[in-house]
Amino acid sequence: MTIHHETIQALSHLFQTVAKPGPDSAETSQVENEPESDETPRKNGILERDYQSCGFHLDILLDPDQLIEATTILFKLDFYLESITGVDWIKDNQLEVVYDFSRYDFELCRIAIRVKVPRDNPLIPSITKVYTGANWHERETHDFFGIKFQNHPNPTPLLLPEDADFHPLLKDFKHEQTD
Amino acid sequence: MNKPIELQPDETFVLNVGPQHPATHGVLRVKMTMDGEYIYDAETVLGYIHRMHEKMAENRTYPQYMPNMGRLDYLSAMAFNHGYALVVERACEIEVPERAEYIRVITVELNRISSHLVWLGAFVLDLGGFTPLMYCFDDREQILDLLESVTGSRLTYCYFRFGGIYNDIDDDFIVGTQAFIKRMRKELKMYAKLVTGNVILRRRLEGHGMIDRDMCLRYGATGPVARGSGINYDVRKNEPYSIYPEIDFDVPVYDGCDSMARYLVRMDEIEQSLRIIEQSLEKLPEGEVNPKKKPKIIKPPAGDYYAAVETARGNFGIRLVSDGSKTPYRLKLRSPTYSNMHIFDEACRGMLIADALAFMGSLDLVIPEMDR
Amino acid sequence: MSLTLLNAAVAVFIAICFVGLNAAYLVWCERKGAGFYQRRPGPMENGPWGLLQPPIDGVKLMTKQLLIPGGVDKAIFMVAPVLAMFPALISFVTIPFSKNIVAHPINVGVLMIFAFAALGGMSLLVAGWGSRNKYAMISSVRAVSQTVAYEIPMLITTITIVLVSGSLNLSEIAASQLGGFWKWNIWGFQEAVGYNILMPISFLIIFVCAVAETNRAPFDLGEAESELVAGFHTEYSSMGFGLFFMGEYANIVIGACLVTILFLGGWSSPVPLGFFPFTDHVGWFLLKIYMIIFVFIWIRWTFPRTTIYGLLNLSWKYLIPISLFNLLLTAALLKVF
Repeated sequence: MTIHHETIQALSHLFQTVAKPGPDSAETSQVENEPESDETPRKNGILERDYQSCGFHLDILLDPDQLIEATTILFKLDFYLESITGVDWIKDNQLEVVYDFSRYDFELCRIAIRVKVPRDNPLIPSITKVYTGANWHERETHDFFGIKFQNHPNPTPLLLPEDADFHPLLKDFKHEQTD
Repeated sequence: MNKPIELQPDETFVLNVGPQHPATHGVLRVKMTMDGEYIYDAETVLGYIHRMHEKMAENRTYPQYMPNMGRLDYLSAMAFNHGYALVVERACEIEVPERAEYIRVITVELNRISSHLVWLGAFVLDLGGFTPLMYCFDDREQILDLLESVTGSRLTYCYFRFGGIYNDIDDDFIVGTQAFIKRMRKELKMYAKLVTGNVILRRRLEGHGMIDRDMCLRYGATGPVARGSGINYDVRKNEPYSIYPEIDFDVPVYDGCDSMARYLVRMDEIEQSLRIIEQSLEKLPEGEVNPKKKPKIIKPPAGDYYAAVETARGNFGIRLVSDGSKTPYRLKLRSPTYSNMHIFDEACRGMLIADALAFMGSLDLVIPEMDR
Repeated sequence: MSLTLLNAAVAVFIAICFVGLNAAYLVWCERKGAGFYQRRPGPMENGPWGLLQPPIDGVKLMTKQLLIPGGVDKAIFMVAPVLAMFPALISFVTIPFSKNIVAHPINVGVLMIFAFAALGGMSLLVAGWGSRNKYAMISSVRAVSQTVAYEIPMLITTITIVLVSGSLNLSEIAASQLGGFWKWNIWGFQEAVGYNILMPISFLIIFVCAVAETNRAPFDLGEAESELVAGFHTEYSSMGFGLFFMGEYANIVIGACLVTILFLGGWSSPVPLGFFPFTDHVGWFLLKIYMIIFVFIWIRWTFPRTTIYGLLNLSWKYLIPISLFNLLLTAALLKVF
């Protein structure tokens, strides 16, 4: 489990003011129904999750401006980017972008980085400079959720038609009958 | 032998390879900026058969969504079934009986072989050799017949159920599978002579389509593409699921980084899959194939779940966000070819079009899975 | 034989019939052959063993609409298929099938065949240029560079044979090899030169060149379907495509005839049987060309395609130097013996 600690340590300075994460802190092992609970919004920080029950190890919540730094750290630690996706938390009026990372070696460690942005102004820095492969994933996320990735080299629709102005995975998207 | 010339950006023209082109295996379009026969730049255009499977998930109950899995990657549908079953079982904490696990592995590996056979045929067809395609389809037909007898379908399987499988296998299937293993071993020798040993094929593959480890890392390539670049990464080994830890098999890794390495990885994988099937058939326990206690209505507790499986093309991951209702709140499908194909734009620069299309074939594209 | 109008007309008519039948039934042979190599029956629905398939295909091609895409250079577009078929037909006029069966023996028959073969390359260029299609254009450029690269070694090797035989007349070249298989040029035991060890290699060169010249796999770069869709005939439909198709098979027959006459002794029987009626008979010639065509088909369904640089490298770096060396060696041997 050394890579977990290494990753947590490398990322820990991002959260010094917000939380005090670490392998030994009590709150890290708790698995609660965190993001959608309205009353106690989750704070930025690292959560260690139970791999058996949810399938990934570290759950990291970040501010958008910390994203590039965090992904650079992960890139240096040899993590590869599996996918980027969004989740529309319409009740909280928030869009969540989830970055999944995994490793090529046998030190199994799956990381999910979450970034939350307001629904009416979803702006996130693009990580294509760090992970070139984020290009298509970010374009896809923009197609589906309308999340704008700043400094993206080619911000055109990928999976949707070139002139698409709708974002089908938003919860308030209404399918229009076009026939 | 082939040193790319210095490309002249002001003397280029745009060549649209696809959406209808014999080498793109479906409706993929690559906008190539060409300088003569050399590729100056390429931009892949996706989405010609985008069906928004992820939105469909939000409108269907968990069992209703299972058939969609076969429509993603029509060549290795079984592994996609497995991934989806895994994530829902993980979320609902459903135990899978041991016999069902073994049957799952047997069918998944059979499906993997059939997928690799289609790839082999289509790949050699891309290189201009027509005959291996027919041999591959002949062999694949045996697998399809076997799988049809237990799953009821030949291509878009919907065989897995949460906690088990649809149908138990019978003795005919076991005998047929053993006969197939014998036959396939013989055929593999034939392929080694006919295809692998062919000097034209080797010349066209060796040293072309280089993807190094750094590139794989930046793009998140997995599966045979990564293993052809010296990365020992196979979800079956790195993140063991089902009964794979109990089975003795190797992960073929080649560090040639070229199209030939990827070719060899897949050829060796066929043999390894045969070994897995052989052992699973030997160890196959008796018992039920569906769990005795299983929730009537699948309602995973609220939260995030992730599961990954190794399909024939690489790491297929599913992220499931549940809000505790009967339908997924959000279901993200991470398809392997999506990341693998992304490499093409960068890697094909400066290549001849013939080599680039051979390179594209070596990535083993399945377009419905990319476009989802 | 004097050249009268009737004579010429009959010769052309026979040539057309021979070419037409061959082209049609070689397609059938190819498909049956492909089936044989691929564990499948091949055409079998129309007539016994699918023997009616070629005429039915012909009818299908002729009844289809001849589509001329917008913006093409119409004159060039229309003339290209004719250009593909025409030289193949003309070349048959001078090919001797046996001592007496030859439409019109020409003293410079070898030159004539090569001249018309070059015209075949021209038709590919014209087709690619005229059809206003990028794939067709790339393909025609490839086809021309291929034709040029392979005509040179072919021509040089042929000159070697011409030196040995002392004639440019195909009939005389074939006649000089009569009298048993050891006299064939393939072995290199000619009286004029003593023993030329390079002759078997020359035979291989001319065989490879014949495959390349006719745009057959593994050298079918002109119509590499996985790269260039259909190559130079991408935009052709109906009989436009049909003529290209026929022309290709006619060229195969000519290539096989040329290899047979130059190296395999033409109509000479392998063993001289003075009393036997079939010594040096046309049957031997046909047997030889169909065996060569069979090998062509075999190669096509076995090998993957090379690339254009592989093809040009092979020609310019290996075939041309070797054939040049052989020419020099033969000239030297001629001087010695």
